[in-house]
Amino acid sequence: MAKSIDVSDLDIYYGDFLAVEGVSMTIPARSVTALIGPSGCGKSTVLRSLNRMHEVIPGARVEGNIVIDGQDLYGPDVDPVEVRRQIGMVFQRPNPFPTMSIYENVLAGSRLNAKKMKKTLADEIVEKSLRAANLWEEVKERLNKPGSSLSGGQQQRLCIARAIAVEPQVLLMDEPCSSLDPISTSAIEDLIHDLKTSYTIVIVTHNMQQAARVSEDTAFFNLAGAGKPGRLVEMNSTRKIFSNPDEDSTEAYISGRFG
Amino acid sequence: MSAVAHIPLTHPRLPRWAPWLVTAVAGAASALLAMSIGWGVTGWAVAAVLIYTVALPAWSRVVENRRAAKDRLLTTLVWVAFAIALIPLVSLIWKVVEEGAPALSAEFMTYSMRNVVGEGGGIYHAIMGTLVITAAAAVISIPIGVMTAIYLVEYGGRSKTARTITFLVDVMTGIPSIVAGLFAYALFVLFFGEGIRLGIGGAVALSLLMVPVVVRSCEEMLKLVPHDLREASYALGVPKWRTIIKVVLPTSLAGIITGITLALSRVIGETAPLLIIAGSTDSLNLNLFNERMQTLPVFIYYSYTQPGVPPSFGQERAWGAALVLILIVMTLNLLARAIGRYFAPKTGR
Repeated sequence: MAKSIDVSDLDIYYGDFLAVEGVSMTIPARSVTALIGPSGCGKSTVLRSLNRMHEVIPGARVEGNIVIDGQDLYGPDVDPVEVRRQIGMVFQRPNPFPTMSIYENVLAGSRLNAKKMKKTLADEIVEKSLRAANLWEEVKERLNKPGSSLSGGQQQRLCIARAIAVEPQVLLMDEPCSSLDPISTSAIEDLIHDLKTSYTIVIVTHNMQQAARVSEDTAFFNLAGAGKPGRLVEMNSTRKIFSNPDEDSTEAYISGRFG
Repeated sequence: MSAVAHIPLTHPRLPRWAPWLVTAVAGAASALLAMSIGWGVTGWAVAAVLIYTVALPAWSRVVENRRAAKDRLLTTLVWVAFAIALIPLVSLIWKVVEEGAPALSAEFMTYSMRNVVGEGGGIYHAIMGTLVITAAAAVISIPIGVMTAIYLVEYGGRSKTARTITFLVDVMTGIPSIVAGLFAYALFVLFFGEGIRLGIGGAVALSLLMVPVVVRSCEEMLKLVPHDLREASYALGVPKWRTIIKVVLPTSLAGIITGITLALSRVIGETAPLLIIAGSTDSLNLNLFNERMQTLPVFIYYSYTQPGVPPSFGQERAWGAALVLILIVMTLNLLARAIGRYFAPKTGR
C-alpha cells in the first residue's frame, strides 16, 4: 500500500514569487520523514505540493517532477482529485466538519464522494480507523455526537482517523501537534509510530525533539536570505542530522545557534 | 521596608437602588413642574428624563469619581436612545392592533370581496394572492441568488467578471420598487400586449427586488465558512462541486435560510410594483398565469383610498389586512429563527 516519493528539481511559485527552489529528495516508503526549518522557508509549501493542495491557493504553480509509484503527479493527464484520494493530509489546526457527527466525520472521505456502502462495512471502517487513531475507546459511546464536541487533541486524532479511513498510500501532516498540549502531542506521536508500518508519512514540525522522536529521515529547509526562495539544505537520516550533520547551518539551527 | 505608598483599590459607590431613587425623584419633580405649568404626558416624560440625566451623574460625581459619573451618564444616554428608537415601533404596532383587531373574524379570513358592498367580505383572496406571488418570487430568486453567491465566493475570486457582478448587484439593491414593477410590466407587454395584468408579472417584479438581497446575504454567509473546512474536504479527494454542496452549503445553511427569509419579508409588503403589474380584483384567483391577482398591500391601498360608501367598513378592512400582513411577516421571521437554530452546526457542549 505505501509508496515512496521522488522529488526532483522542484520549484514552487506563488504568482511571480519563487517560494521554493531546486528541491530534490527521496521520501522512503513505510517510514516517517520530517521536514524542519525556520518559518517561511517553504516546508509547508513543499508538503502541500506533494498532494497538489497548494493549487487551492490562487496563483500557486509548480515546476519540476514529483514521482510516486512511477507516475508524475504533475503530468498533464493527472487529476488532482485522484492524487488527493491517494495522498491524505492532516492540517495544523483540527478541522472536523461541524455539521457531521464523529461517525460521519470518519466516513467523510467516502460519504462526500457519494460512495454507497453497507452499514456493516461502514461500521467496520469507522471502528478500524478510530482504533488506528487511538480514539476508539474515548468516543465509542458517543459516535453520534458532533465532531466539534471533542477536545482539541481528540479532534486532531479524529482528523487523522478521517484521513486514514480512505486508506491513502501516503499521509502528509502539516504541524499536526502545534495547537495541542503535551499529552495530546504524545498520543499523536505514538499514533505516528503505529501508522508508519502501513503508511508513508511526511510530517512538517517546528519541534526539533518531535522530529528526533518520530522520524527516520529529516530534511532541513532554510532561506538563503530575506526575500530569497527557500531551499533544501540537507536531507539525511534523523540520527545523523541530530548528531553529526553535513552542513554547518543545519547544526546551527538544531543547536539553537541560528543566524 | 518598602517605600511603596498604599494604593486603595476601593472607592465609595452609590447604593444599588440609586438609579431607582433618582427615577422616582425625577418623576415626582417633573410631575410637579408639569402640573404647575400645564404640560401633558409628553412634557412630563421629557422633563423627567432630562432631570434624571443631570441628577444621577451629578450625584455620582460627588460620591463616586469622574469615571463612574461618565459611565452613568453614557449608560443613561444609551437607554434613552434605545427608548426613542422603540417609540415608533411600539406606537405603530399599537395603532395597527387597535384598529385592525376588531376586523379580524372567521368571515374576514375566509371570504373574498366578491359581490360585497358595504359591510362584510374578507381578505382571503388577498392573503392567497400575496402568498402565491411571494412564493413564486422566492422560486425565481432563491436559485439565482444562491448560485450567484456561490459563483462570487467559490469561483469568481477577484476576477473582473466577479467584480462586475458585485457592482451590478449593488446597483440592483438600489432599484426603486416602482421601477421594478414598470420593468415587469414592460416585459409582459412585449408578449401579451397593452394592459396586461398577471400574478406572475408581480412575482418577476418582486424577484428583481429580492435577488440582490439574497445574493448579498448568502455571499456573507459563504464567506464565513472557514477555509480549513474546504481544504479538509479537498484533501480527502472530494471534488470542488461536491465540497460546495456537501460541506460549504450545509455549514452555512442556517445563515442562508435566515437571509432568504429576511429578503422575503422585505418584498412581501411591496405595493407599487404589484399595483402596476398584478392589478387588483375582488375575487379569488390562484392562477399566476391568468388575469389579475389581489395582494394584501394593494388591497390595503385600495380599501383605504377608495373605501366606498360608507367609508368605515372599507377602512376597517384595510386595518385588518395591515394587521394580517404584519402577522405574516412576523411568522416568517420566527420561522427563519427556528429553521436557523435547527440547521446551525451543533457544538454538542
